[in-house]
Amino acid sequence: MSSASAPAARPSLALASLQRRRLTNWLMLGLIVLALAVSLVPLVAVLAYAIVNGLPGLSATLFTRLPRPVDVGAGGMANSMVGSLVIVAIAALLGTALGIAGGIYLAEYGHGKLAFLVRFFADVLSGVPSIAIGLFVYVLLVVPMHSFSALAGAVALAILMLPLVVRTSEEMLKLVPGSLREAGVALGVPRWRVVLSVLLPAAASGIITGTLLAVARIAGETAPLLFTAFGNEFWQRSLVKPIDAVPLRLFKYAIGPYDAWHTLAQSAALVLILFVLLLSIGARYYAGRNRLQRQ
Amino acid sequence: MMESQLLPVRAGIVPRVAATAAAAIRDAPRAAKMRSEHLNVYYGGFRALIDISLDIPERQILAIIGPSGCGKSTFLRTLNRMHDLAPGTRIEGTILLNGEDIYGASVDPAQVRARVGMVFQRPNPFPKSIFDNVAFGPRMHRRAKGGALADLVEHSLRSAALWEEVKHKLHQWAYALSGGQQQRLCIARALAMEPDVLLMDEPASALDPIATLKIEELMQELSRRYTIVIVTHNMQQAARVAHRTAFFMANEQRAGFLVECSDTATMFTTPADKRTEDYITGRFG
Ligand SMILES: Nc1ncnc2c1ncn2[C@@H]1O[C@H](COP(=O)(O)OP(=O)(O)OP(=O)(O)O)[C@@H](O)[C@H]1O
Ligand SMILES: [Mg+2]
Repeated sequence: MSSASAPAARPSLALASLQRRRLTNWLMLGLIVLALAVSLVPLVAVLAYAIVNGLPGLSATLFTRLPRPVDVGAGGMANSMVGSLVIVAIAALLGTALGIAGGIYLAEYGHGKLAFLVRFFADVLSGVPSIAIGLFVYVLLVVPMHSFSALAGAVALAILMLPLVVRTSEEMLKLVPGSLREAGVALGVPRWRVVLSVLLPAAASGIITGTLLAVARIAGETAPLLFTAFGNEFWQRSLVKPIDAVPLRLFKYAIGPYDAWHTLAQSAALVLILFVLLLSIGARYYAGRNRLQRQ
Repeated sequence: MMESQLLPVRAGIVPRVAATAAAAIRDAPRAAKMRSEHLNVYYGGFRALIDISLDIPERQILAIIGPSGCGKSTFLRTLNRMHDLAPGTRIEGTILLNGEDIYGASVDPAQVRARVGMVFQRPNPFPKSIFDNVAFGPRMHRRAKGGALADLVEHSLRSAALWEEVKHKLHQWAYALSGGQQQRLCIARALAMEPDVLLMDEPASALDPIATLKIEELMQELSRRYTIVIVTHNMQQAARVAHRTAFFMANEQRAGFLVECSDTATMFTTPADKRTEDYITGRFG
């Protein structure tokens, strides 16, 4: 009230405490940069450690040879790498298909009790320890099929990535403006076709980014594979027999008694980290490129 | 053609200058293409429309005017069953299209929407190319493909008076068009379905005067072949383009009702209801 009657009484723009404010500003900025540095330390340290220790053992034979007994000389883990690729590929296929379907359901039709339950279980699932998921798949698939298998491993990993994909696809679909949904439906096109041919393409870049990150997340998982894929010293062509994977081999070699195994484990760790890093960078790059294209 | 003799709407009294004989013939009542009978619409517990009975004449333009929140959009969206998308919306009464109840038990809502097209207040092209936007409806309904589809797209774009502006860049991103062009693209997209009726909810409110004029000319052109219902806040626009005009208001409970519906010339010169006169002369609302 009074400010309107006496505009001249306002304080001058020159601030008496300007000096102090500047100082506080610098101080806070310094603290923030420090916090950033501290949080970056472990990340950089892990990468540096993996490179320093893994690089010496890295050789072509790692990618071409099967594991060999220690006294026979340098073995590789070609079978583990192929096994990992197979398991992760099947898991990605399963997880993406089911996850996107779930996301569509939640975003487009999810109003009732069922949607609440799905959302709730997706959240719970993302908190379940991955070894518990391995055990679950053991009971679900390994026991009835009487064998460890790539399939069982893939199912375990797919379950692991499911909540991530469901929630990202839901969020990305919800970001698509409702006016597009209306426009499609107003043309007499059934709702599900509008979802598939307008909304999903519009949300695709976000969903793909999220899915790639989810794949990166499961690619390095060990625990869910322990009682599902199990591991194998040899090539495995069947999807329903025990198969090897890089994290399993790493685990075995890391806790083994031989120095040669430890070196191999270090190299495997480096390969795994690089693979995951590549996927993440790919996802970020893809997201960034699409953002640019939009503008 | 209806000349743009701007009526002094909202500026005082409304003398309508010489409704010509040609206009009288053109404005003669036609058979109803659509008809609403005792329509009530509820949003959950809230009653948004009370007992609307209204004829929509074939191959003419019906304008719906009225103050904000009186249920114009709500009414328009009952005509192509857009309310089906929103859970909790309930409809009582009958809407007839060519004498057939569109809310009948055996009616497929998608088929209704294929026959009754809609253009929205804000241009909403799909994130696709210009061509793919227009081709979307016919493709999804498997109506045309290849050369026939290309012809249909061209024809629709011509009908929407957009062809000359976009014929060299059909495969460019639709968002690269101006707002007015995007709105005409949306009209072309609706026309590609060859609907019986075209609903337009304030189609020009996001556009500048020149783009607005283009859309209005377009509507008059289209009314030779299509039945058009347009919601507008702009009374000059209603006076310029519409053959018939319906005036809605909201009562104390904010529920909308129909005050009167008559041909536009009558509505803007000698309205039957005092409230209509007050509204169009700007005395309230
Ligand atoms: N989805 C909805 N849920 C609940 N109430 C709604 C909904 N949509 C509209 N309403 C209410 O119904 C009434 C009529 O709304 P409507 O959008 O039809 O008005 P309108 O005449 O189109 O207004 P405007 O000219 O501002 O566009 C308003 O009171 C509004 O608040
Ligand atoms: Mg409205």
